[in-house]
Amino acid sequence: MSIIQILFFALSAFAILSAIMVLVSKNPIHSVLWLILVFFAISGHYILLNAQFLAIVNIIVYAGAIMVLFLFVIMLINVKKDSEPQKQFLVKLLGVVAGGSFLTLLVALVKQTAQIQGRTLLMKDGVIGLIHPLGKALFNDYVVPFEISSVLFLSAMVGAVIIGKK
Amino acid sequence: MTLISFDWALVIEKLILIVIIVLTTLLITLYTTFGERKVAAILQDRPGPNRAGPFGLLQPLADGLKLIMKEEIIPTSASKWLFILGPGLAMTASLMTSAVIPWGTDVHLFGRTIALQVADINIGILYVFAVVSMGVYGIMIGGWASNNKFSLMSALRAASQAISYEIAMGLALIALLMTTGSLSLKTIVADQAAGNWWNVVYQPLGFIIFFICAMAECNRTPFDLPEAENELNFGYHQEYSSMKLGFYLFAEYVNMIMSSAIMASLYFGGYDLPFFDETTVAPNIAAMIGVGTLLIKIVLFVFLFMWIRWTIPRFRYDQLMNLGWKTMIPLALFNMLLTGTLILAKL
Repeated sequence: MSIIQILFFALSAFAILSAIMVLVSKNPIHSVLWLILVFFAISGHYILLNAQFLAIVNIIVYAGAIMVLFLFVIMLINVKKDSEPQKQFLVKLLGVVAGGSFLTLLVALVKQTAQIQGRTLLMKDGVIGLIHPLGKALFNDYVVPFEISSVLFLSAMVGAVIIGKK
Repeated sequence: MTLISFDWALVIEKLILIVIIVLTTLLITLYTTFGERKVAAILQDRPGPNRAGPFGLLQPLADGLKLIMKEEIIPTSASKWLFILGPGLAMTASLMTSAVIPWGTDVHLFGRTIALQVADINIGILYVFAVVSMGVYGIMIGGWASNNKFSLMSALRAASQAISYEIAMGLALIALLMTTGSLSLKTIVADQAAGNWWNVVYQPLGFIIFFICAMAECNRTPFDLPEAENELNFGYHQEYSSMKLGFYLFAEYVNMIMSSAIMASLYFGGYDLPFFDETTVAPNIAAMIGVGTLLIKIVLFVFLFMWIRWTIPRFRYDQLMNLGWKTMIPLALFNMLLTGTLILAKL
């Protein structure tokens, strides 16, 4: 096994383990913290694919900003263990069945997708995730959607300031 | 065996560099705490610490020893693992920034060219942002795990302050990146060192915004609302004792040093000594001069931080938020627009 394969399996195991911990943690704060670790593992995968920009943006936006807001809300509403709604056994069972079916569906879909069949992952030397190719793609091929979405973001930010001014 | 096909010399070289940088940073931090007390004393017209050793120079050692000797207390109602994780995370995040700072030009030793930078990644400055946003977790986790209302309030304050000021900081940075055209700190510094003007000349407003935001990110007065002792007793580290408290206090100073280094690199030429042609001396000597120059710039910035801390009183919380959202962000947006217009006009 090469070092990249070892890293890949370690990161994958880490991601899956953390994701399971998100679900089984009783305390919502612990769930959020495990979710942050999942994002880190995914960023690790991005780095293996040489997509440094995506990796770091994933950390800044998801692990850095969105998860802080999650923590915020949970800390402020102060969820207690015993005040959590207890679900009935049947509801839990139905949840497991529905979730399991969805997982099977996803795995089947990914396995059958024509675009990824018989292709190996471009590890370490792809350039598509670096900032220069990404910027070129965004500003040449996808310039209209990119500009529209950036105007949307800007207006959201201005809106936040306006609401704050009231 | 493909496992051992690394360039081991490179690994060892980087490891040594990391150890040197971390140890130097910690040593400087130790004396920054001393410097803070001395600066405060001078500004308040009193002698300051002067008992331990000549001029009180051994004071930081005494302080450190005192912290280590204190009893470790983990409150029974605290969430134990997170309580321990908090200070560690705060310290790690503040030290991690050092990885992308270029400390000097290349050194030639034992037939190898050694870059005085741990990692030259092409998204260097974004990495700094990611690490800064991780630093918030140290405070939030510690504040929440203490299971104390004051700590929690202060952790929430710290987080919202950091997030609010990160936006303006990022916007100020975008304007800078428009002029430099690169996200790699090495390239940014090398461009300034190559005889061009320092970036602060092109981005004076951007620098001021960045500086104020950096002060807010470091939780320094006038932005030290998270530890406002008259409202929150002591802040997010109220339940902490011994070296865990020491880590939190230390992390603040490390943050200060790191943000000084970042500001020096981004806006003030990094390791570039003005009016001096580095090519006239041997490369190793030039590198050493560079390291010295950067350290002097860092010390000047740190002094500025302290000067402001002991001059300006603390804001009220709503004033802090107003400044962040209603002044800093519009100013940064204006700065961005201005920079864009100027670049277009020049083309």
